Amino acid sequence: MIHLQNICKRFRRPDGGWFDAVCDTSLSIAAGEVFGLIGFSGAGKSTLLRLINLLERPDSGAVIVAGQDLTALDAKALRRARQQLGMVFQQFNLMANRTVAGNIAFPLEIAGWSAADIASRVAECLEIVGLTDRAGHYPAQLSGGQKQRVGIARALAPRPKVILADEPTSALDPKTTQSILDCLKDINQRFGVTVVIVTHEMHVVRSICHRAAVLDAGRVVEVVEVNGAEVDARSALARSLLEAA
Amino acid sequence: MEELTFAAALADLASMAPEIWQACRETALMLAVGLAAAITLGGPLGIVLYLSQPGQLFANRWVHGLLGWTVNLVRSFPFIILMVSLVPLTRLIVGSTIGPVAAAVPLSFAAIPYFARLVEQTLREIPRGVVEAAEAMGASPLQIIVKVLLNEARSGLISSLTILTISFLSYSAVAGVVGGGGIGDLAIRYGYYRFQTDVMVAMVLLLVLIVQIIQFVGNRLAARLDKR
Ligand SMILES: Nc1ncnc2c1ncn2[C@@H]1O[C@H](COP(=O)(O)OP(=O)(O)O)[C@@H](O)[C@H]1O
Ligand SMILES: [Mg+2]
Repeated sequence: MIHLQNICKRFRRPDGGWFDAVCDTSLSIAAGEVFGLIGFSGAGKSTLLRLINLLERPDSGAVIVAGQDLTALDAKALRRARQQLGMVFQQFNLMANRTVAGNIAFPLEIAGWSAADIASRVAECLEIVGLTDRAGHYPAQLSGGQKQRVGIARALAPRPKVILADEPTSALDPKTTQSILDCLKDINQRFGVTVVIVTHEMHVVRSICHRAAVLDAGRVVEVVEVNGAEVDARSALARSLLEAA
Repeated sequence: MEELTFAAALADLASMAPEIWQACRETALMLAVGLAAAITLGGPLGIVLYLSQPGQLFANRWVHGLLGWTVNLVRSFPFIILMVSLVPLTRLIVGSTIGPVAAAVPLSFAAIPYFARLVEQTLREIPRGVVEAAEAMGASPLQIIVKVLLNEARSGLISSLTILTISFLSYSAVAGVVGGGGIGDLAIRYGYYRFQTDVMVAMVLLLVLIVQIIQFVGNRLAARLDKR
């Protein structure tokens, strides 16, 4: 579903030099998989995730999603491709002046759906994340967990093939974290949506991922398999992340 | 000068009612033209200023720098000097340099960069992540401007417009003195040149009342639109 081929991404440092946030990284993520990107802060997890929908454009390498090389698309085609890639954020990034239903409707309006189709799809998505009774509320009136459910419903609304989630539970307490992870897992299982999730916590990997890439200094150190809740790790870094959990 | 009694002052003002009404209409006209120019030209300019700044959707150092410099240039003119410097332009556009329509030219000229800065500043308060979420969903630049930026900033934009209106009520008084007419002009002509203090006081009270009303309406509207 997602193939990153020899991706490099560098940023300008304040001193004028270059900083390699992601270097020469290749990764393949299968359709229907829940794939984790794990590593310590600054390892390049968010950058790698944002390379998948080209929020960051790679300096070299190819980003192939559903058979399409996104780096080769023009602006309009890229926007259409992005409608197939939902995104969920740590800070939710909901629109404060739109209701819950309005936020979920947004990607559908962007994609040009009819009002009737939008209404029924919004109702479906509210049902899936269990927020039907909050449709008319504004984000300011919701708890963190509820806001993230809206974020997930919004990402899911256009029936994407992939959902990219950047530390979706890092702003939440442990109990809410589990319910959000269950929600993502449920969506993956029921609709076959491929989920790529960034986290710095091994327990997130344990609880929902099938596989995870361990990142350090912009490189993939190891791709670990998760069997049940067992993580089969070889690298020292992966082991230290396991111990930290 | 005769002794001024309250009753005499009221009678005096009553006799001037048509002139006062005329002054109000002139002020309203100056404000309407200035604000219309500010919204239609200053608004988009403010959006461009915002979008061209570093880290934004159309980050462009040169566009941002040039526009910012031009805005500062116009804004650094004291209004009275701007008015005088624009006399040739005013004559060209309106065909005259007297009257509220003529005064509206320099008013618009000052209002455009002023409002552009207010818009730029208001848009900056929107979290970058919200705009990024829209980008990630495949929104076009126009959709981002209309559906995200303007909608998320709507309450702040109303507050900005309130500030602009009140500032320009006072600018319009200056413009009035130099031939524009309006409430400020009336106050100066009668109160200052003819020593009719009652007229001056009445006009100032009228301005106070108008400012209070504008601010009240602006605050109410801004609060109602704000769901944050
Ligand atoms: N837009 C940017 N400009 C400059 N440096 C950046 C930018 N984005 C990320 N970085 C740097 O790249 C590195 C990796 O960042 P990130 O991918 O956010 O790490 P993680 O999500 O793993 O904590 C960090 O050192 C960060 O400072
Ligand atoms: Mg991060």
